[in-house]
This record gives sequence, structure tokens and C-alpha cells, in this order.
Amino acid sequence: MLLALLLLGACAREGDAVRIGSKTFTESVILSNIVADLAAASGARVIRRPALGGTRLVWNALLSGEIDAYPEYTGTLRQEILAELRLANDRQLADALGELGLRMSLPLGFGNGYALGMRRDKAEALGVRDISDLARHPSLVFGLSEELLARADGWPALRAAYGLAAEDVRGLDHDIAYKGLIEGAIDVVDLYATDPQIADRRILVLIDDRKLFAENRAVLLYRADLEQRAPRAVMSMLRLEGRIDAPAMIAMNVAVRTGLRTEREAAANFVAAQFGVEAPAPSQSLVERLWRRTREHLFLVGVSLAAAILVAVPLGVAAAKRPRLGHAILGLASVLQTIPSLALLVFMIPLLGIGAPPAIVALFLYSLLPIVRNVATGLTTIPRAIENSAIAIGLSPWRRLLLVELPMASPAILAGLKTAAVINVGTATLGALIGAGGYGQAIFTGVRLDNFALILEGAIPAALMALAVQGLFDLAESWIVPRGLRLKASG
Amino acid sequence: MIRLEHVSKCFGGARVVDDVTLTIEPARATALIGPSGSGKSTLLSMIVGLTTPDDGEIEVARHLLTPLSAEKLRRLMGYVIQEGGLFPHLTARRNIELMARETGWPAERRAARLEELLQLTRFPAEALERFPAELSGGQRQRVALMRALMLDPEILLMDEPLGALDPLIRADLQDDLAAIFARLRKTVVIVTHDLAEAGFFAERIVLMNRGRIVQQGRFADFVERPAEEFVTRFVRAGVRRLSDLPLPPGGAR
Repeated sequence: MLLALLLLGACAREGDAVRIGSKTFTESVILSNIVADLAAASGARVIRRPALGGTRLVWNALLSGEIDAYPEYTGTLRQEILAELRLANDRQLADALGELGLRMSLPLGFGNGYALGMRRDKAEALGVRDISDLARHPSLVFGLSEELLARADGWPALRAAYGLAAEDVRGLDHDIAYKGLIEGAIDVVDLYATDPQIADRRILVLIDDRKLFAENRAVLLYRADLEQRAPRAVMSMLRLEGRIDAPAMIAMNVAVRTGLRTEREAAANFVAAQFGVEAPAPSQSLVERLWRRTREHLFLVGVSLAAAILVAVPLGVAAAKRPRLGHAILGLASVLQTIPSLALLVFMIPLLGIGAPPAIVALFLYSLLPIVRNVATGLTTIPRAIENSAIAIGLSPWRRLLLVELPMASPAILAGLKTAAVINVGTATLGALIGAGGYGQAIFTGVRLDNFALILEGAIPAALMALAVQGLFDLAESWIVPRGLRLKASG
Repeated sequence: MIRLEHVSKCFGGARVVDDVTLTIEPARATALIGPSGSGKSTLLSMIVGLTTPDDGEIEVARHLLTPLSAEKLRRLMGYVIQEGGLFPHLTARRNIELMARETGWPAERRAARLEELLQLTRFPAEALERFPAELSGGQRQRVALMRALMLDPEILLMDEPLGALDPLIRADLQDDLAAIFARLRKTVVIVTHDLAEAGFFAERIVLMNRGRIVQQGRFADFVERPAEEFVTRFVRAGVRRLSDLPLPPGGAR
């Protein structure tokens, strides 16, 4: 089974294509599409892998060769990814990347440094104009992105430099923190210099009066081997150097955030205007989009569930027959269940790369516990008298299992399968975070863009699929569970 | 013939069966009786190989019963328990035919045997397609009996087969069982806690108490020559009659 998945992973690694990834925030997705459009203009075959995950995940995907290029920022590279190397400037950074088999383009033009922002009305009421002023208000609630909290030049440095005694600092997703700020649950958030929020009149960007936030210039990172594999694509992509200024980037971010354009359309507009490259954004109709996501989702659920059934039913039988082995099996399956789904997905990436294979393995592991447990429970709760009759009548252990025990346990087993399948449909939405597609793609893009309609475009079909799966298993129950077990005993 | 030599069984420190030596004669009915917890059901379950004795030997039809030989020897024995132990997911017919199918009997042979059994147990053929849950308690026991007899075993073991039935159905089935035993002349071991029932079915009665055999013989022996005071008490409790009860004159006689 695992072998089959590994093969699947190998097939997904199309050798000749240029694969462009991005992080999950809007700007990164737009940039990756611009880069992809330029690479495609050279005639190369391009695979787009937008919104793969956070910095670490995308960086590792580049290192392991899952993707060939993605947009990154010099400050993030120096202060976060390669912080231990204490690189003094971008020259040293380029050398360090070279040793890892990576190349860095010249800056694309705009910088994306960090800033702090408050609601204008609140800031004015408190008399806050620059970051120094925050030291006088230790009770303000900070909602900062995890990346800023973790970076050497991020929150720890900021706190020390400005003597901030903030009591309530929370690590939050950037977009959610911004929402919290507007609604008043959070007082201070971190912003990027090109965030669409910068243009929001309700927001006051606090002045970095001690000049602490470093320059954070956008660059394109790519694998050195791409220069041999697709030299013309690299040449074409590098045309982007120095061509995007901050206003252009902000405009694109705003266009996408306000729902005016998709990331793909914003990118296509940009390359058309700047390079005269025609990159028709393939606009799929709602039905086409739904159908594609449904196929992807069903593939994730179907393969992982089928594998789980094949493995978990025998495991459940073993657990029922050997109580001590059963404790070990159920214990292990329970431990797997406690691993947060996102963490499990991320664990899979070094082993299986990105895309469907790691998502399928993670879903497979999650489906084990409900099935194993119900098979074991179903088998161990068969009445003693029935069990004794089956032995006394002269059936061998295998025939007993097949003719008596499994049919008797079938209602419990089917209930376990149903639980596993419904959970599986829900959890499979997370597959979108590692490039496996499915309904999660719409949900997470919708969350990122604050686009409620797009969230529903993923959430409603996912809920319907869960209901359909439930209905399917209810139907299967009337086929599979012997009629005699569904009757109530009479006197 | 069934032979038990110095058979003992402990459950959690309690000696449930204590050094029992017993020979069960072929082609006749033997009743194992005794109060609850006397070890009679455990003894029967050791004979069918569901429970392994801690000590002693059991021989069934001249074969030593071991965990290895048990699966083969069970085909020489039919076993009926209190609630019938019918498989609820199979129809009456499938329950009865299960082992015949497993051993590869052709359909005609199965049908012929089933016809014999239906007559023997006076079970309505149209109820064969019903599931156990759709049968009455008495019908369920008749199906269990047919299942036990399907392969025509030499030995029939019954553990309180009538225990869960109400009195009228019970009396009905007692009559039928007695007739069946008389006709088949099989080695029958029937466990019951009811002395009258034991006397009704069996030529030979084995009385157990606290894991040991207290007395064995004909019904009359227990009344006329009780081996110890316990036997007298057990007999007296068992033969208490309706006529002993104070009834108003002109009552239900």
C-alpha cells in the first residue's frame, strides 16, 4: 500500500516541468503567478503550486526539489530561515544560498518590511503615533503573526529596542489578526509594507522611529539546476528583476483582496502591461471548478479510506483476538489521532513531498482508529452463547470469523467506517494546505481573501459530500448488515 | 460412550469441578442435576471442549479429548444451550444446515435430512425461512435441536435446554424431547436443575453438589436410598407438588 503511494508520489514529480510555488498569503500567490506566466512565455511547461504553506514548508519544498522556484524576501532569508549564519548583507546571503544549490534573483523592486498598525480612532484616543508611544500602554492587546514572533529581528528585538511591556501578546494568523483589529478584539497588529491594509483609512501605521525593522526586499529563489534544465524559462523569469515597485504591488494586493481580480488575473494583467506577454488566465466556470475540486476531494477520500479499510479491519480482528496486542494497536492508533492534522500533514512532506500522496497518508492514518476500534468492539461484544455455539458446532476459527463473527459485528464495523469516512471528508479539506487540492482550496483561499462566497464554494460541497457519504453508508448498511440482526427479538 | 477420569476445574481459586470420575453409557439419556453452581454446566462444557480441564482426562467415543482433537470430536456431538445459541443473522434453515454445507453435503442430502428433522421435532416447514428473532422461544429450541442433530451425531449434549421457556411450552417440549430420545437411542447428556424433569427424561441421574458427584442412579434410588442428607433435601424440594398447596375447597382441581 505504502509502495503504491510512493509510486504515486514519483509519478506526480513531472521531471521536465517548471514548478512554481508560493506561501499562503496573497502577495506571494500573485508573485508566483507572475513568475509562472513569465516562465510559460518562454515556452516551458509550468506547474503552479500556489499557497503551499508557511515559510518553512515552502523553503523545504524548494530544497527537496518539490518545487523549482518561489518568491521570497531577503529579510526573511537572513533573519529567519538562515538566521544562524548571521549574514551581514545580501552578498553573503547569495553565497550561502549558492552552497545550498539555490540561486537568488536581484531584488524585484519593492520591499516588504514589517510595520505595526492600530485602528486610527483608538491610536488617536491614546495619543499613539509611533512605536515608542506603545511603551506607555502595556495593557494593549497585540495580535502578531507567528513569523514575527519567531524571527530574531522580529518581536524579541522590537520589544527590547522599544522597551515594550506588553502583557497580552497573541500569535495569530495575519489575516485573522487584521479582522480582530477592525472588530476591536485586538489593538495592535503587524503589517507588511505592501499590505492592502496600508491603504485602509481606518488603519494608522505606527512610525518605526528607531529604524528597527530591516529592509525586506522581494526576490525570486530558484534551484541552481533549473539553469541547466530550463535555461530559457530562467532567463524569462529573471526579466522581473527591478520591475515591480511598491505602489504596483499594493495595487495588485488591493485588487485581489477586494475581490476585483483573482491572483491569476492580477498577475496576467501585470505581465501584459509590463512585458507584453499574453497570459490568458484560464477562467473556469463555477461548475468546472466544483467538478475539478470534487474529483480531487473524492480521490483523497477514496484512496485513503480504501487503504484504511484494508489495513484497519484485519488490525481490528487482531486486536479482538489478542487482547494485549489489541491494547498496543488501539494505543498507537489513538496516539496518531492526537497529532494535530496540520502537523501530521507537515510531517509527511519530507517523506512524500507535497500534493496528494502526503495528504492521503495522513488521512489514511486518521481513518484507522475509528475502524480498528469498532471492528474490535463489534467482535468482542458478541454474546458468549453465540460464540460458544459457533465453537461447539465444530467451525474452525477462520470459518467462525467469516460465517459468524464478522456478520454479527457488521453493524459496529459499518458504523466505524461511516465515522471514518465522514471525518475523512472534513479533514481532507486540509489537504489544500499542502497542494493536494480539493474543496479546501476554495475554503482556504476564501479565508485568505476574506471572501465569504469563496469559503461557501468549498464548505457547502464539503458538507454535501459528508452527507452523501453518510447516506451511502446508511444504504450500504441495509445491504450488508444481515436482516436477522435488524429484527427485534420477540418472546 | 463418554469417560471422565479425575477431572477438576478451578475458576479464580474456586474448585468448580472437583475430581469427578464418571462414565456415561451409550445409547441412553443421562441427566446431570444439582443446584446452581454445583459444576454441572462446567462439566458439560468440558465434554464439548469449550472449557479445558485443569486436571484429569476426558474420552469421547474412545478418543482422548485435547484442545487439538476437540474440533474433530465436536462433529460427533450436538450441543444445545439454554437460549438456543442460534445465529441471529441466519434463517432457521441456514442455522440448521450450516455444518452440512461446511462439510459439503449435496443439496438433496440436506433436504432429505431436514425433512426427517422437521417431522421429528414437529417444526412447521414454512417457519424455516424466518430469523431467530421472528420465532417463539419453543420454536427456537426446536431449531437448535435440529441444528445439533443435523449431522446425526452419536452424542447429544443439552445444557438446560428448557430453562428459559414458560411452563406450557416447556411441558410440550418435554413430551416431544422424551419421545425423540426414545426414538433416536443416542447418547444424551442433559443438564437441568429440576429433579422431576431429570426423572422424566433420563434413565440415569447424576446429582452434583459443590463440584462433586453426590449420588448417581435411577430416580427411585434417590428417593429410597439417599446417599446423604443433601440428597433428601434436594429430592424433597424437587417433588413438592401442587397438591401440597392449600387451595380453597372447590378450587382449581
